[in-house]
Amino acid sequence: MVIEEIAEKYNLKKIEAADEIPSFYCTRDSITDILSEFHKHFEILLDITAVDYLGKRDKRFEVVYLLLSIKNRTRLRLKVPLDEGEKIPSASSLWKNANWLEREVYDMFGIEFEGHPDLRRILLYPEFEGHPLRKDYPLKKSQPRIKLLRPERE
Amino acid sequence: MERMLLNIGPSHPAMHGTIQIKVELDGERVIRADVEIGYLHRGFEKTAENRTYMQVIPYTDRLNYVSPILNNLAYAMAVEKLLGIDVPPRAKWLRMIFGEISRITDHLTCIAPIGMELGAFTVFLYMIKAREFLWDILDATTGARLTTSYVRIGGVKADVPDNFEELLKEALREVRKAVKDVHGLLSNNPIFLKRTRDIAVVSQAEALSYGFTGPVLRSTGFYYDVRKTFPYLYYDEVEFDVPLGERGDNYDRYMVRMKEIEQSIRIIEQAFKKIEKGPVRTEDEVVEAYEAIEASHRGKYLDGKLKLSPNLEGMEKDLYDQIMAKVPRYILPPKEDLYRTMEGMIKHFKLIMSGHGLRPPTGEVYVPVEGGNGELGFYIVSDGGDRPYRLHLRAPVFSIMSALGKMIEGHYVADVIPTFASINMIGGELDR
Amino acid sequence: MKEGNFITTTLESFIGWARKYSVFQYPFVTACCGMEYMSAAASRFDIDRFGAGLTRFTPRQADVLFVVGTISHKLAPVLRKVYDQMTEPKWVVAFGTCTITGGLYDNYAAVQGIDSIIPVDIYIPGCPPRPETVLDGLMKLQEKIQKEKQKWSLRK
Repeated sequence: MVIEEIAEKYNLKKIEAADEIPSFYCTRDSITDILSEFHKHFEILLDITAVDYLGKRDKRFEVVYLLLSIKNRTRLRLKVPLDEGEKIPSASSLWKNANWLEREVYDMFGIEFEGHPDLRRILLYPEFEGHPLRKDYPLKKSQPRIKLLRPERE
Repeated sequence: MERMLLNIGPSHPAMHGTIQIKVELDGERVIRADVEIGYLHRGFEKTAENRTYMQVIPYTDRLNYVSPILNNLAYAMAVEKLLGIDVPPRAKWLRMIFGEISRITDHLTCIAPIGMELGAFTVFLYMIKAREFLWDILDATTGARLTTSYVRIGGVKADVPDNFEELLKEALREVRKAVKDVHGLLSNNPIFLKRTRDIAVVSQAEALSYGFTGPVLRSTGFYYDVRKTFPYLYYDEVEFDVPLGERGDNYDRYMVRMKEIEQSIRIIEQAFKKIEKGPVRTEDEVVEAYEAIEASHRGKYLDGKLKLSPNLEGMEKDLYDQIMAKVPRYILPPKEDLYRTMEGMIKHFKLIMSGHGLRPPTGEVYVPVEGGNGELGFYIVSDGGDRPYRLHLRAPVFSIMSALGKMIEGHYVADVIPTFASINMIGGELDR
Repeated sequence: MKEGNFITTTLESFIGWARKYSVFQYPFVTACCGMEYMSAAASRFDIDRFGAGLTRFTPRQADVLFVVGTISHKLAPVLRKVYDQMTEPKWVVAFGTCTITGGLYDNYAAVQGIDSIIPVDIYIPGCPPRPETVLDGLMKLQEKIQKEKQKWSLRK
């Protein structure tokens, strides 16, 4: 199996997930080579997302890649632990939709991607300060763009 | 030649979501386009981290609001995989029927504006009329037309009403008639062909690189359908085809959707034969609620089936085992037990009380289904509490929209809106 | 009850009658309520029989602004600009609970009721409201238009 060979080659640690999708931990330095190897067999990059483990693990963030191979009928999940302030290389040269997916992760979490052609906010507006999906951003703190005629929540 | 910058702003006449397309024009040709999204960002993922697993279900209705049952289905299947529970067979057939009804409403609501924006207003009226009949079925079974919350964790909300067969037959007849009329109006119409053939062509390699899935990918000729490749529910027991296009232009995207409506009707008819027996009710005597309450004040317990209020029709105790899984740790008890016995009330209370409810084991899960636009899946990370630690939706439309800027380059300004219409962008799913 | 003499009050009611049966609407559609708006405008629950069937897709030619669906903070300046571009007389209808109080979305992204941005005349509740509720709201708007007083004096 292709996945096992590449996992052996880079010595990746396997994780057990409830949905039986093969999942592995990768490091930030080797992620570009690993993705380039998998790019030959996995046609579609389904998703890039991140999880914030504030206070629960030593490395605060974890970036999760989800890949799909239609001819082998399998999916693959790669997880990269990151510290706050660390940058991770971009995958936008391999799959073209990584451009927008990484912009969304930057917008919501503040994780920066090196080598990204156009890293700016996508779902929120440029005047917004902070990154909402981090665990220390309060849910109801809104930043209105224009002057409101009455107080927001009475 | 001077270039002009035109803003097709967030509030535009097209019948789709709010989006801003800034195009740079040379005369009438588009040289470059910049797409800006996020005008309907409502903070779904952050809100879901503050609600219990059962309270997230109404939020999932409002994501892809033209096919709400498919979103509920994706969420419920993900949580069931995490909990490790299995759903009874009748509930699976009901999920299939209503999922396909939702897919038909999605395609009808996509084709109606394609016609209207090119000037064919009649197409809009025919499609919306057919959609009303399908929404009548949803109204009779679930209680709501649009935001149904029908698929719950462990099963479905309620069984079908007694007049389900006539409603279904009438609705399918109207849908077939509408599809036939629209085929006659548009499919061989020279004006429609000239405006949609060879516009915004996407090749297979490009489509895969941009992460397309669903009808948009199938219109380029690539065969991928989650129902056939990774079957779930009972899709491997019914027969249906997966229509493919050839060139990947606007016309193919329209044609693939029209053919998929017919295939969905085929699936519904086959699935309906399996549940044709109707809900199997027991033949006990019916007792009104006020009589039972008055008798309990006098210390007597009245035997017999308790008559519930009309909005709980279809959830009676004798039907409950067929539509919901029998796992008391995670599933609510039937309403008769809740109203009449102390144990039922305590069980219900413990599942609803915050801090105590449905608590899955630690882990992560991703379960995809075939949504109206492609592969739709929820990625849930659980830390053992009663709220999801992280909930992420893999929106099929997000990857497709990242290609819109490239697709309209080189075409006229008048082609921007029909291309945008054929992608079927739904704001709730794109911006979450 | 009505000020002014006989001729101006009859003229006022005539102007109100003419305005209420020819409502040119501008639908500012964003989210799920748009589906019920489409149903109300289509053939089963016809909004055209109330005179409101003609959608003007530009604010300069419209009388009534239908705000349909959740407004986020990113979209708020656009709504204010569209409202400012409409010419007098103008009315605003808030359609759906997300526009009345923010609805289900009590968080950083959604505006908690559009009457913090623009003044609203009629509120139509529901999530989404059934088309019969929409028609009821439209009839109440028509009553309000009928009763509106005009300023007849030439002095400011």
